[in-house]
Amino acid sequence: MTIPPLIEVRNLTTTFGKGPGAVRAVDDVSFDVKPGETVAIVGESGSGKSATALSILRLLPNPPGRIASGEVVFEGQDLTQLPESKMRQIRGNRISMISQEPMTSLNPSLTVGLQIAEPINQHLGLSWAESYRKAEELLSRVRVPDARQRLAAHPHQFSGGMRQRIMIAIALACQPRLIIADEPTTALDVTVQAQILELLKDVTRESGASLILITHDLGVVARYADRVNVMYAGRIVEATSTHALFASPLHPYTRGLMASIPRLDQAAGSRLVPIPGQPPDLSRLPAGCCFAPRCAEASDRCRVGDPLLMTAAPGHMHACWNAPHVH
Amino acid sequence: MSTDKPSTNDPAAGALLRVEDLKVHFPVHGGVFQRQVDAVKAVDGVSFHVMEGETLGLVGESGCGKSTTGLAVLKMLPITAGKVIFAGTDISGYSSRQVRPIRRSMQMVYQDPFGSLDPRMTVQSIIAEPMEVHRLYPGRRVRKERVIELMNIVGLRADMIDRYPHEFSGGQRQRIGIARALAAEPRLIICDEPVSALDVSIQAQVVNLLQDLQERLGLACVFIAHDLAVVRHVSRRVAVMYLGQIVEISSRDDLYSRPLHPYTQALMAAIPVADPVAEAARPRQVISGEVPSALRPPSGCRFHPRCQHAMPICAKERPELRSDSGRAVACHLYGPTGGASED
Repeated sequence: MTIPPLIEVRNLTTTFGKGPGAVRAVDDVSFDVKPGETVAIVGESGSGKSATALSILRLLPNPPGRIASGEVVFEGQDLTQLPESKMRQIRGNRISMISQEPMTSLNPSLTVGLQIAEPINQHLGLSWAESYRKAEELLSRVRVPDARQRLAAHPHQFSGGMRQRIMIAIALACQPRLIIADEPTTALDVTVQAQILELLKDVTRESGASLILITHDLGVVARYADRVNVMYAGRIVEATSTHALFASPLHPYTRGLMASIPRLDQAAGSRLVPIPGQPPDLSRLPAGCCFAPRCAEASDRCRVGDPLLMTAAPGHMHACWNAPHVH
Repeated sequence: MSTDKPSTNDPAAGALLRVEDLKVHFPVHGGVFQRQVDAVKAVDGVSFHVMEGETLGLVGESGCGKSTTGLAVLKMLPITAGKVIFAGTDISGYSSRQVRPIRRSMQMVYQDPFGSLDPRMTVQSIIAEPMEVHRLYPGRRVRKERVIELMNIVGLRADMIDRYPHEFSGGQRQRIGIARALAAEPRLIICDEPVSALDVSIQAQVVNLLQDLQERLGLACVFIAHDLAVVRHVSRRVAVMYLGQIVEISSRDDLYSRPLHPYTQALMAAIPVADPVAEAARPRQVISGEVPSALRPPSGCRFHPRCQHAMPICAKERPELRSDSGRAVACHLYGPTGGASED
């Protein structure tokens, strides 16, 4: 069971701003993704889940964003050290990204055919005619009806769900080994959301690509992910398999999230248990554990000492002083 | 099992709000003279009622007309046809001047806690504004006391009274919005996606607050949302809308334990449950297609192009919303011509 990971993020720290006002959007984050695996990063806004994705692809606006330390080892090379020209050969080719808002990621003035064919022509060196033929194949693979005719259409002529299908077609164009999907369905309606997630699952399974699924929705995690990293205030606070996370959540934040979301299969009329307070301001983090001010189980130790990731069981890590762990 | 006749034991008798065959059509202009060439039928024949102290959930995807229904009930949009009867008075023909005193009893909580509060007003003036408009609690001291009382009710500290909206988080801003709605001492509040802009850990705080307020103040509420799971927590009855029409309406427990309309079933199946074991056991029924344009709604039953149970009649005849033992569903499967028994 020692398959080498496809990508390994080690102690990644990303900061925004300079000097004393600098904020650690990603704080000492480590995780890996094995070939063909779907790994979720779950967290609320400001938890650093999107900043992690952008750091991997080095797409952070710089300044103010900057990878301060850490490594991102993908297929044997550290992406943080690559020159920009090499990085460009990896983006959209070996690693591709699907973002939340397809309308702002697609170029409104170019046909979708060109936008799908371009990475094929650029990265794989196929002729434009061949690239367009590939683009048509990809469009039908993501189940856009009348693929050949639709190649000539512009993004505004598609619905939100269809645009996200086009984004998936572009992401698949160069047969990437890793797809990063950042809240891919948050902007979509419930029934369309289900269609897009099913499609994403099918195409990653067919192509054998790995998927990093960034979401705030624990339901999506339960349905699609093999493993999960729960993020809070820039850190991973719990990491384990999806089954273990839901069967025995160890970090109080994870348990708090689970108790606060309404579930369709709960007893009717049951009450939600919210997490009191609100996520911390990253520029004014409390001493000790970041979650301590909202945590019902916090002890004195939590308000002083900063918990690092500890191992509770093989493959199950958490950052909580009070949860069981082995030394 | 024939169609409904107005009976003496009308379940809507004595309702605080009654909406009858409401239609809101938005004209589409075109041609050289910008004449009306068409109409978007955003709400097309919607009927429901809300009893005193009751919460009705109104669920559907974007474009189904749920928000338009809410705005039309408040007379913030022109009504094309139908009736809105509030506390026994038909207000559908009222002018904006006539409706103003009624609005005191019907308040709105909006989705966007950022856009719906004036950034230049303090919390005090935001919450006091409805009292000014409706001349309640006259006198500075009295009014300020009432503002503080309302802040207490929604869980805001009294020392925040002179702060501006940008100093608050999303959840706190939504609390300000709720306090403002309560300031006019309404009998009905219409909440339009009140928690969908909030983070999950904050959503639960606001959902619980709304539940408490209903219990404590006996408020009636129309809770508009796209999230079936959230709606279940606050509603006694739930209406599901699709393309401007109600496809199913029934008590919460009936609807969630046994949804009848294929659209309701699909909507429930589409929402993943946060539990991999339960998730693996659930039916994975993904409906195809997207919601069509309200400018050219499909013939007959508007859901038929996406429905896996569609029959020839579904493309021809619009199914009536039939009620039977407290449940109502607009689907030919359950009609006299349908044949398919409930499963």
